[in-house]
Amino acid sequence: MKKITDLEIEEVVGNLLRIGVSISAAVVGIGACIYLARHWSQPADYRIFRGEPSDFRNVPAILHSAFTGHGRGFIQLGLVLLIATPVARVAFAIWGFAAERDRMYTLFTVVVLVILLYSLLGSGSAF
Amino acid sequence: MNVLEFTTLVAAGSFIAGLLGSLTGLGGGVVLVPLLTIFFKVDIRYAIGASLVSVIATSSGAAAAYVKEGFSNIRIGMFLEIATTLGALSGAFLAAFVSTKFLAIIFGAVLLYSAFISRRPRTAEERNSPPDPLATKLKMNGSFPSEEGIRYYNVQRVPAGFSLMFGAGALSGLLGIGSGAVKVLAMDQAMRIPFKVSTTTSNFMIGVTAAASAGIYLNRGYIDPGLSMPVMLGVLGGSMLGVRILRKAETKVLRLVFSGVIVVLGAQMIFKGILGTI
Repeated sequence: MKKITDLEIEEVVGNLLRIGVSISAAVVGIGACIYLARHWSQPADYRIFRGEPSDFRNVPAILHSAFTGHGRGFIQLGLVLLIATPVARVAFAIWGFAAERDRMYTLFTVVVLVILLYSLLGSGSAF
Repeated sequence: MNVLEFTTLVAAGSFIAGLLGSLTGLGGGVVLVPLLTIFFKVDIRYAIGASLVSVIATSSGAAAAYVKEGFSNIRIGMFLEIATTLGALSGAFLAAFVSTKFLAIIFGAVLLYSAFISRRPRTAEERNSPPDPLATKLKMNGSFPSEEGIRYYNVQRVPAGFSLMFGAGALSGLLGIGSGAVKVLAMDQAMRIPFKVSTTTSNFMIGVTAAASAGIYLNRGYIDPGLSMPVMLGVLGGSMLGVRILRKAETKVLRLVFSGVIVVLGAQMIFKGILGTI
């Protein structure tokens, strides 16, 4: 089997990231149309911080909101997809380092992925 | 202002921020938060959440373009990522306990520092420095294509770079920016990584660092869809256009003007933070 080089891995991953960003921008765009069509004439005020309702704070609730046709739920889903793109990149790097049989860097990359997943999934209960 | 007017104006402002940020290499995030808080009167916590999202969009969106150039060093990036993601988690946790006034003042200081470091002439590259045992063990030394053919480089002072990266991550998590200025300090100054390698590697790291804090901000309810939508789409559009016209544009004057804008915004943030009107 041909040895995979860092550059080849990077090219695949770079293109995947671009596709990920395009998909998330499209989902945000769809959400934007629904949101603006329904709420365009309401006053916009972000002076006072209230924090988002729980519909927009975690992945299951965001999915529910999006699939019941809420514009803001759709936007939030697009944003979650966007946050997931660098996470996917790190996951692909694990595969790449493992294919190169580089144990040290496979381990380093696993550590980074664990930190990212902790932030995305694990920290919710702390607040 | 109604939602439609607000969305249009924020999208336009974010587009310009993204365009200038990518043309000058200073990043769009750094002017977004002051733009939103000073001109649109947005609470700084919402502004930070929206900015963080746009930082991920620019980093991931530009990755494909950077990779083709063949400069980035994925090993250096991934190793330092351990420091930046841990830093980002600490910064994001800290953000919940710090007052908005204090956030504004730190933000202003970082802006002034970014403008300062972008104006300073780069120190001459040290070539042919002896390999550092730790960097060799970590397989960080690499090569990249240059006009004189393939150039090899030896990475220096890994512990210093690692600690600075923790700081860069913490600032990113606290303020919702890419903190490119601190990353350059760590990679250029401390680790002596050639400029092109450090800027392209830093672009990759910025997205991963921002994702580490974005998860916490999302869970905490700082990421508002109505605000983040125009910011993300605007910055993404602006920076994509910036990357396309980069080769033709005269960036020297632009950099000077943009640094001037950053200084003014930084001073305003500090001033408003002290007065408590942010």
